[in-house]
Amino acid sequence: MRILLLGTLCTLLLGCIDAPNVKLNEKNQGLVYCAEANPMTFNPQVTTTGSTIDLIANQLYDRLISIDPDTAEFKPELAESWGVSDDGTTITFYLRKGVQFHHTDYFTPSREMTADDVVFSFDRLFNVYNPYHFVGDATYPYFQSVGLDQLIQEIIKVDDYTVQFKLFNAESSFLSNLATDFAVITSKEYADILAAAENKSQFDNKPIGTGPYKYKQYLRDNLVRYHKNETYWKHPVAMSQLVFDITTNNTSRIAKMLTKECDVTAHPSASQLAVLSKRADITVDKAENLNIGYWAFNTEKEPFDNSLVRKALAHSVDFNKILQAVFYGNGQVAKSYLPPASWAFSEQESMPTYNPTLARKYLDMAGYEDGFEMTIWAMPVSRIYNPNARKMAELIQSDLKQIGVTAKIVEYEWNTFIERIGKHEHDSVLLGWVADTPDPDNFFSPLLSCTATFSDKNPANWCNPEFDLLLTKALDTTDIEERKAFYAQAQAMIIDQLPLVPIAHGMRFQASSKEVKGIDLKPFGGISLANARKQ
Amino acid sequence: MREYLFRRLSLLLFMLLTLTAFTFSLNYLFPGDVLTNLSGQVNSSYAQSQALADKYQLEENIIVQYGAFLGRIVDGDWGYSLSSGQPVFEHILLLFPATIELCVYALVVAIVLGIPAGVIAAVFHKRWPDKVINSLTLMGFSIPIFWLALLLIMVFCLGLGLFPMSGRIGLLYEIEPYSHFILVDIIAQGFPYGGFAFIDALKHLALPTIVLAMYPTTVLIRFTRDSMLNVLEQNYIKTARAKGLNRRQLILHHALRNALLPVIKQIGLQFSTLLTLAMITEVIFSWPGVGRWLIESIYQRDYPAIQGGLLAVSMFVIFANMFAEFSHTVLNPISRNQAHGKI
Repeated sequence: MRILLLGTLCTLLLGCIDAPNVKLNEKNQGLVYCAEANPMTFNPQVTTTGSTIDLIANQLYDRLISIDPDTAEFKPELAESWGVSDDGTTITFYLRKGVQFHHTDYFTPSREMTADDVVFSFDRLFNVYNPYHFVGDATYPYFQSVGLDQLIQEIIKVDDYTVQFKLFNAESSFLSNLATDFAVITSKEYADILAAAENKSQFDNKPIGTGPYKYKQYLRDNLVRYHKNETYWKHPVAMSQLVFDITTNNTSRIAKMLTKECDVTAHPSASQLAVLSKRADITVDKAENLNIGYWAFNTEKEPFDNSLVRKALAHSVDFNKILQAVFYGNGQVAKSYLPPASWAFSEQESMPTYNPTLARKYLDMAGYEDGFEMTIWAMPVSRIYNPNARKMAELIQSDLKQIGVTAKIVEYEWNTFIERIGKHEHDSVLLGWVADTPDPDNFFSPLLSCTATFSDKNPANWCNPEFDLLLTKALDTTDIEERKAFYAQAQAMIIDQLPLVPIAHGMRFQASSKEVKGIDLKPFGGISLANARKQ
Repeated sequence: MREYLFRRLSLLLFMLLTLTAFTFSLNYLFPGDVLTNLSGQVNSSYAQSQALADKYQLEENIIVQYGAFLGRIVDGDWGYSLSSGQPVFEHILLLFPATIELCVYALVVAIVLGIPAGVIAAVFHKRWPDKVINSLTLMGFSIPIFWLALLLIMVFCLGLGLFPMSGRIGLLYEIEPYSHFILVDIIAQGFPYGGFAFIDALKHLALPTIVLAMYPTTVLIRFTRDSMLNVLEQNYIKTARAKGLNRRQLILHHALRNALLPVIKQIGLQFSTLLTLAMITEVIFSWPGVGRWLIESIYQRDYPAIQGGLLAVSMFVIFANMFAEFSHTVLNPISRNQAHGKI
């Protein structure tokens, strides 16, 4: 009776609900993107977390230059053109005129973007006297880990639309570092107003940029709302609203795709792709991507400071089985640290293979005949390089049992997880890296250099001066063949020392409803929704 | 009446004190630094942690600390959430209305469906309507609500595509939050988006409300039925019947009012169960309420948030119970003679 009653009530309600034009009218047309995590900040300068960069970098901001994903050449963005001096130490950018910062309810710009803004944006990163340098702990992980703070001597405003970077020495990856998602241009005028109001912390939370969308609202665990930037310099923006629906659960994201609550979803997991591709109204895009999923050891902690132990662990795990179970055939087994699509890739003969007997032997040699206990930190979100870290951790756990090592799996909410990994609280961690530029240095310096250790970004906590020297040598030259040789040595060194075990390179997937167009998957960097439209 | 009120209020005060004492002790029982658990601020410099220790009077004895804790609770300074860095109290203010809204609608549905169904079952005692209602109630009573929720999602959201499966409203509708009760806000703003926002909000409400209403509905049906049967046995009903009143008059004028009195009390008691079930419902339907936030906080080991959430939820339950008991007393003079308050 009651259910009958309920049923009738529902039908009655639906009678008026299911009117044909439930769709939002033209004025409110917007796009809902289901994202996998809360943004940690709204300023890409202060983070390297991919899930955050996806949400903010290309949506709210622009950079001086970018890299064309097809040709790998530099493209003008906020800088119309640029020139490099013969010795490579002076780089001059000629800025675009008529670029407007966002007009929002909390800030109205009185002038266009000028050289002052560019100088301010970079000055904040490197100059300790900049009033904003110490806002938010003064960590600029990307720039510090690639050593830009050691490289830039001076940033000079030549005139309102010309900026000059003076470097201590020429470095081959300088321009590509400026083209990453992190090197955004922020507004000096906005910064000055906030500084005058003693409210500097707002700068990274209520963003002002020049990008296609402007900030409107952020509700933690719920949504991020952007409105379109009517004065966007590049092209008119089709979507009047862009909403990120924060859905941490993989299955929920897929379900929301099916119920049309999401227009686009990030990182659908490989096991569920079949469900999505059955539907006629959903497209699943697949693209090659420069990334690496790895298992990193905290090399400063016992017993992982012993490379024999690391070798034993690497040989004890059957990564082929993992690849099947976690990537469902959509990942490539790592044959080196760099993905094969990178120009500096060199295949490593001595990649560790599954061999429990050998693993036991290494453990005996290291003096751990009886095994030991350790933690495996599994990230709670699905990323390209590791769609299901929890499952992977469980498989590793069962493999480790065979050589007498007891592993405990540790999980935290994503942002807490990253923070704790930064403090090196882990024994070992399943993590990965998606390239921000096609330059191979992007895989090395931000992750495995000594400076990365100091800026809390090195998950292996591994600082090897010899390795750093190789990286520096590779950056000091512009000769491609020479660089290749150095990076080949660096890759060999990683496989020899095993601060981390490279596991796999994933494919980038994206599910979107058929009517959504204009979202291209790039092989590197964060997603851009500037051209998104519905048809 | 005044004495009764006084007794109830003193009982309330005592319960609140016990509750805050328990919450306060959590700071010491949780792992980690007491100061961090209290304030939610980490990595502070020596000067900062000294200032914090002063504020929280950590140097003093435990009674003084508890006093300071009470003062901050009253002031609305509930510490900062470890994971968001925002004041816990602000989170609660923002999220609690969503939970209350869901609970209230579920309770309304439960009352609207449960009481008539219970009356019908009692009136047709041991005949087919009674048997049908009884067996359906038993079924509804035994279904775990998370399973029911998933079943409904599978059928109505994923299968038929009739209802959305998450949130309070389509995310593209921008509703300014004044009262934080979504339907109220939409009505207050004069049905924006040509009324579609309102319809969308109703659609979002439908499934969570049904799921959450299931348990209290079945409880109310059983309770109303039993209470009604009990009343129908009474002598004054027999007298009324002997006087020649017809069935309708008998039930509506004589039996119902008396039968509903214990039910009203029951409705108040349902609120605590309802809040617990609401947490499960919120998680499944991604309803942005305090329950989902609390569970998320537990997962993140966000101690200040867990503490604040527990305190807010339990305080709410206590107040709701008190209110139900009080209204029961107002309606039922007999219970006023019970001089001592009951929990």
